[in-house]
Amino acid sequence: MKREINFTLNGDPVSIEVRPNEKLLDVLRDHLGVKSPKHGCGRGECGACSVLLNGKSIRSCITLAVEVDGQEIVTLEGLEKNGLTDLQKSFLKHNAFQCGFCAPGFTISATELLNNNPHPDENEIREAISGNLCRCTGYKNIVGAILDVAKKK
Amino acid sequence: MKKLKYVGKNAVRIDGLAKITGAAEYTDDIEFGPKLLFVGVLESPYAHALIKNIDTSEAEKVPGVRAVISGKDFPEKFGLYLKDNSIFPIDRVRYVGEQVAAVIATTQEIADNAVKLIKVDYEPLPVLQSPLDAIKPDAVLIHPDLGSYEVVPWLYPQPGTNIAHVRKIRKGNVDKAFKEADFVLEDWYHVPHVVHAPLETHISVSLFTLDGRLTMWNSTQSPHTQRNIIAHSLKIPHKDVRVIASFVGGGFGGKAGINMEVIGAVAAMKVPGHPVKVRWTRKQEFENTSQRQELYAHIKMGVKKDGTITALEHKLYWDVGASAEYGSNVVNATGFSATGPYRIPNVSIDSYAIYTNRPPCGAYRGFGYSEFHFGLESHIDRMAKMLKMDPVEFRKKNAISRKDKVAYGVEMNPTGIQECIDKVAEAIEWGKEDKSPDPNKIRAKGFASAWKAPAMPPNESSAAFIKFSEDGSINILVSGMELGQGFMTAMAKIAAEELSLPLEKIRVELPDTDRNPYEWQTVASHVTWSCGNAVRRAAIDARNQILETVSRAYHIDKSNLYLEDGQVKSYTDSEFKLPFENFVINGIEMPDGTYRGGPIMGKGMFMPEFSSAKVNPETGQGGHPNVHYTTGAGAVEIEIDKETGRIKVLKAAEAFDAGKAINPDLVKDQIVGGFVQGLGTALWEEVKFDKNGRILNPNFTDYKIPTALDVPPVMIPIIVEVPQPDGPFGARGIAEHTMIPVMPAVANAVENALGVRIKSVPLTPEKILNALKEKEEK
Ligand code: FES
Ligand code: FES
Repeated sequence: MKREINFTLNGDPVSIEVRPNEKLLDVLRDHLGVKSPKHGCGRGECGACSVLLNGKSIRSCITLAVEVDGQEIVTLEGLEKNGLTDLQKSFLKHNAFQCGFCAPGFTISATELLNNNPHPDENEIREAISGNLCRCTGYKNIVGAILDVAKKK
Repeated sequence: MKKLKYVGKNAVRIDGLAKITGAAEYTDDIEFGPKLLFVGVLESPYAHALIKNIDTSEAEKVPGVRAVISGKDFPEKFGLYLKDNSIFPIDRVRYVGEQVAAVIATTQEIADNAVKLIKVDYEPLPVLQSPLDAIKPDAVLIHPDLGSYEVVPWLYPQPGTNIAHVRKIRKGNVDKAFKEADFVLEDWYHVPHVVHAPLETHISVSLFTLDGRLTMWNSTQSPHTQRNIIAHSLKIPHKDVRVIASFVGGGFGGKAGINMEVIGAVAAMKVPGHPVKVRWTRKQEFENTSQRQELYAHIKMGVKKDGTITALEHKLYWDVGASAEYGSNVVNATGFSATGPYRIPNVSIDSYAIYTNRPPCGAYRGFGYSEFHFGLESHIDRMAKMLKMDPVEFRKKNAISRKDKVAYGVEMNPTGIQECIDKVAEAIEWGKEDKSPDPNKIRAKGFASAWKAPAMPPNESSAAFIKFSEDGSINILVSGMELGQGFMTAMAKIAAEELSLPLEKIRVELPDTDRNPYEWQTVASHVTWSCGNAVRRAAIDARNQILETVSRAYHIDKSNLYLEDGQVKSYTDSEFKLPFENFVINGIEMPDGTYRGGPIMGKGMFMPEFSSAKVNPETGQGGHPNVHYTTGAGAVEIEIDKETGRIKVLKAAEAFDAGKAINPDLVKDQIVGGFVQGLGTALWEEVKFDKNGRILNPNFTDYKIPTALDVPPVMIPIIVEVPQPDGPFGARGIAEHTMIPVMPAVANAVENALGVRIKSVPLTPEKILNALKEKEEK
């Protein structure tokens, strides 16, 4: 049985019918055209599908779409609505990513961190992104880019 | 040489903006509309069994199911080097997870549920999980028809056995040399299966239309090779097969050649007019793509008292899994190179590709070199200990140099290995002891050298087009793939240098086999070299066209003209400046109102015409199978917790001879990324199987890859540059190489810490605690 849910997506109101077992990731990608959250594992293990739910990062691959009824969801598309963020600029400058598939997920986790703790040290950064897997980079430039933003703020 | 303006300078990667904004489109991000269908795959529950009957009737009745396909519909075989792989198996399954049938339906859920209604009768066969068992004369045959498979002329399958290929090298006289050696040491080493674990799983969308055209959107390193294999196996003209490659979310060799994409291709042929999506789950990614081969290696080495290595006998028993269509070439390539980067006068190598009932194995970053270097570089350290010689000194003494002959008799290319070893030793402060303040922790350092050549057919090739636009900007069309390694940026810089065109004016396009010219594959760390040469030639071609046009219109001799910052200038007339945008499309207007010129379009191609795979099968001598070697070294400082057995890498350093680093920052990023991927295989990663051949850890909880908390706080990447004469601006590849020293460097550090040699990876806490116990008992 489909059910209508209403939520805010990147600042805009959304109303959509979903099946009770549908995952937020699939609703975002397949029905709402929001492609930045990626499907990496489908089991909550890699962080590629991360989005912000009321400002807290969650794994959209293991979140039921019905759970976000009445809530606020922000994806990478929402963060950059008014141009590149300082974090994105820093990622760019540091060549933070290689294949880039993990980039939206890291951006969500790092944004959450910097919102809660504008001046994290390196260990806090590593801790905050340890739920996001990256197979390409060895994390060095990702950490360096976030640290740069933390120092400048 | 002219001063370089772009090559060798750092720049932000040209695909960076697309990736940090989410604008980079991966295959699963493409919209295919309401006609899109989905594929569910029935996987074999047995590692080895005869298929007696497949009944798909119940699945076909499910509403929403459009078709069910299996081996009776598509009996074709396929393969890159040895055609031993099945689109769907006909008479037998050979590994757990092998695709037996597929359902095409309107949703993924319907497809997956209908799969459960397919009934298959199996008759189980004995399961072979070790190459050492499978090579025994009485072992059950995994490919009884091995003798009938199509194969390239330089691989030698042995029908009637489970040996898909054997590469032999014979040089000098090892028996005599062992007799005359002062020290001889022999031992076994083991490296288990690991997986690539790209963050993006395999995905393929195919559309077959009734005009006979098959279009595929694949996450791939090999668009043209996929087109070739599909066209050849399914007997469709090449011109009618189109492979479009989006950005790839990690390859590491796992998306080289072809595997699950064949299912998408045949599924699409069953439902013309409908795009059909096959997307692997993480579990399928573990079970049914390709893994890194397992290796049992036996090494016997002889040295003289003065530290000269005189003899090496290296026997490599590779588990290539149920198919050797690609992995046979890993076995071949390592057979040629299993001396490592050393000058050894007497060599005997036997490298066996052995079938087992494990998933097919194939290309994996390092192409077998990581695996054999684990044993070889462990052995090198042990020989140095026997000689009471410093292991770094021992490596330097025996390191191969220019004009030494490699094992198959060809002269070594220019190499900076001595400099790599020195710089790594300096960076890691080799010889300087470092004690942990915590008495429960022991610190030590470990060292390893490495080399690797691209493994390619002798006639691999690359091609490039450069198209100018009205504003003087260019699009570079190539079919090399940006996998994250920085390919696009390297190609842009090579063109920028030859055309003196700023990087902002350059785009490099992702492959589309209809539009972009040929590239063999993006593998072997060879595209900077091979495709880079093609792009350079295309840029030179475009430059010549520009000079020709300007010379004709202005009557200035071509030799007096040159390009600078997107303009044509003259050596003889400092006033003369003609911006590209004034003429590269619309030509140059003459006084009489006519025009000269027209669209500038450069083309270039490259094939290493000196390469030859024709060698004596008994000795490996007589050809030129490898184009060149890239050399390097790596070292780690580790800290072992005696209570938990955990190893922490405190510091790592690696140096590689890139010939010429086109973009030094991106080369360093490859070193760091490759080191960490290597660290995963040194400390944690191993695919575990139960006794029936089922994978026990097909997910990221049970198969741990490094996180941001697991990497060394200090990683020092070092670039050495001894130019490769036939490389673009002297460049050669380094991306895969960066993984190779890690496993042995860590194992060598463990021995230096504990006095115990561990001869298998990963170096788990359990193995370390056992080693500590062994030490106490001593
Ligand atoms: S896809 Fe959601 S955590 Fe991996
Ligand atoms: S850049 Fe490839 S997974 Fe992170």
